[in-house]
Amino acid sequence: MTTIPVEEVLRKKQTFERGDEDRRSLIDPRAELLALEAEGELVVQRIDREAVSVATKYGREKRIQKAHLWHHKSCGQCGHIPGYSTSIFWVMRKLGYDYHDPQDQTSCTAWNYYASATSNSAAQAAVAVRNFAAARETGYFPLIHCGTSYGHYKEVREELIRHPELRDEVRKIMARLGKELVLPEEIVHYSEWFYAMRHEIAAKAVRDVSGVVATVHPACHYYKLVEGDAIYDPDIYGGQRTAVVTGLAQALGAEVRSYSTWFDCCGFGFRHILVQRDFTRSFATLRKIEVMKAEADPDVVLTHDTGCVTTLDKSQFAAQAHQRNVGVAVLSDAQFAALAMGAHPYKVCQLHWHSADYRPLLEKMGIDHEQAWAEFQADIKRLENGEKRYLDWDDVDA
Amino acid sequence: MTQTDTGPGAPAEADARLKLSAAAGYADVPLAEKERLFDEVRADPRFGDYLYGCYECGICVAVCPSARFYDFSPRRIAQAAAREDAELVYQQMVEDIWECSQCFSCVRCPRGNNPGGLVTIMREVAINNGLASAKEALVGYSRIIYKIMSTGTQVSPDMLQEDAFPDWGPETADVSVNLDLWRRALPPETLHTTNTGWKVADSTLIELYLIWLHTGALDMIADVDPSLHAILTEVMEERLEEEGIEI
Ligand code: SF4
Ligand code: SF4
Repeated sequence: MTTIPVEEVLRKKQTFERGDEDRRSLIDPRAELLALEAEGELVVQRIDREAVSVATKYGREKRIQKAHLWHHKSCGQCGHIPGYSTSIFWVMRKLGYDYHDPQDQTSCTAWNYYASATSNSAAQAAVAVRNFAAARETGYFPLIHCGTSYGHYKEVREELIRHPELRDEVRKIMARLGKELVLPEEIVHYSEWFYAMRHEIAAKAVRDVSGVVATVHPACHYYKLVEGDAIYDPDIYGGQRTAVVTGLAQALGAEVRSYSTWFDCCGFGFRHILVQRDFTRSFATLRKIEVMKAEADPDVVLTHDTGCVTTLDKSQFAAQAHQRNVGVAVLSDAQFAALAMGAHPYKVCQLHWHSADYRPLLEKMGIDHEQAWAEFQADIKRLENGEKRYLDWDDVDA
Repeated sequence: MTQTDTGPGAPAEADARLKLSAAAGYADVPLAEKERLFDEVRADPRFGDYLYGCYECGICVAVCPSARFYDFSPRRIAQAAAREDAELVYQQMVEDIWECSQCFSCVRCPRGNNPGGLVTIMREVAINNGLASAKEALVGYSRIIYKIMSTGTQVSPDMLQEDAFPDWGPETADVSVNLDLWRRALPPETLHTTNTGWKVADSTLIELYLIWLHTGALDMIADVDPSLHAILTEVMEERLEEEGIEI
């Protein structure tokens, strides 16, 4: 077995230098933001509560605020996989951390931008900054649910740092809205929060997942876009792949198995999932699910982005009709963690919105899904007969 | 460059590297027009951040999902731009760019290029100039643009209809049949909506409309989809007028 020279790799990463010409992802965007703030160019929202320090790809320390977070929701999660968002909130509640779920939030609109290009740099930056300014007004620190919003906002941050003319344009637009050009000290993805909190989450686990085999699909827009800002950990894959998702699954006790096409995207394609789905289905099944099945035989595919859950989950149905080697549950890391912490599979994790069969996974986790479904149906009856208009957090933990 | 402007109807004796326009399925345009479009691509402030020349190593192609299933190559995208080959860039704008998945796997390029980012810029130029490929790319997509621009969330629960996603399995029909009840069963208060991802405040929507109008994002679709442009303009202007906001 080859030993990975982790120390050496980390040392090289920490002293990694690029010439002035190479303008790949900035080594320390936080320092750049603070410098621009000192010049009066923008306003930086600070981390002002207890935070966990984590390491990023080239060794920069990133801090993840634990509580008092402003949840920047994802339209694909809220719209089509609502158990994804609900699980994020539920885990945070269970750990006793306060948060704000705003109505003063728009989508990042990046799904549309990457699909149709019917927008431009200034509009994209203004949408991002409007959301960040709205977060700052509440005093809560932003936490981004969607991988694409996260990646896109990091790109926007880089563009704003590099291009003074873009800052001018966005500042003018913000002034018309009565807002300033605000960016947070760190742009944080929810999966980073789950990674940073993994030991607290594991300490509250009530279900044994040690018999569960997982494969992880790392989301492209999490670690490929502005790559220097993603979390890496020498103890996870020798620091050669992002540590989020895998670090959480391992802390919970699941077995994470590797597969050869881990770097491949899921096939989402932004426009393809909506209007060219033949590509999406083929890529998701031939390059991801079938490879995982053949090489790792997982009980569940864990991932951390809206598009990846949708693509990998929904693409399997058509392939099943052709007796392909597919058929594996697809969950977000948040849903998996919530299940391990005792969340209800339907009331919290909303698995009835998923397509690929998740029931064998639930059985492996010791969950009686028939009984759980009957409980959910009883709640639905209460809504139907007018006993309640909406279910709330007390209902899901009843 | 040996390529000459053949003009409409002239026998195609194009550069051997290029597809004949007859086979390529688009009408040729004068070289000056191709150069004008390429100049627009180059004028984007991000262009310099995305391109540093090309080693021709093909690493980007090896990781590109679209290269696997289409006649598409991020290496060709980077090279055409690096060589300032307006002919090839134009061909890519009418034929190739909509096949890219925008996954950005290609940013592992050892030269520091971002071919996917170049595609984003080329798409924007294609949209702004109303190119046929852009119009074609938006067929079937208008309702999504309408949704994101008018409501502030891109996908909504009521889009999950069996006829729109027949390949997603019977669960899609279950969702659409039970939609109202299943949304009311969600514990977060913001998620009880069916026609938006979550409840977006009215004041937030007005700010979003102002962004679309002031950045010219709304006008980008004036050429490629005039009717959608007219509908969205009306929706936004009416709403802003109600609020007494002058544009
Ligand atoms: S962004 Fe486009 S060109 Fe780059 S790897 Fe993805 S599909 Fe290929
Ligand atoms: S990876 Fe970069 S240098 Fe290599 S062929 Fe692609 S664009 Fe050129």
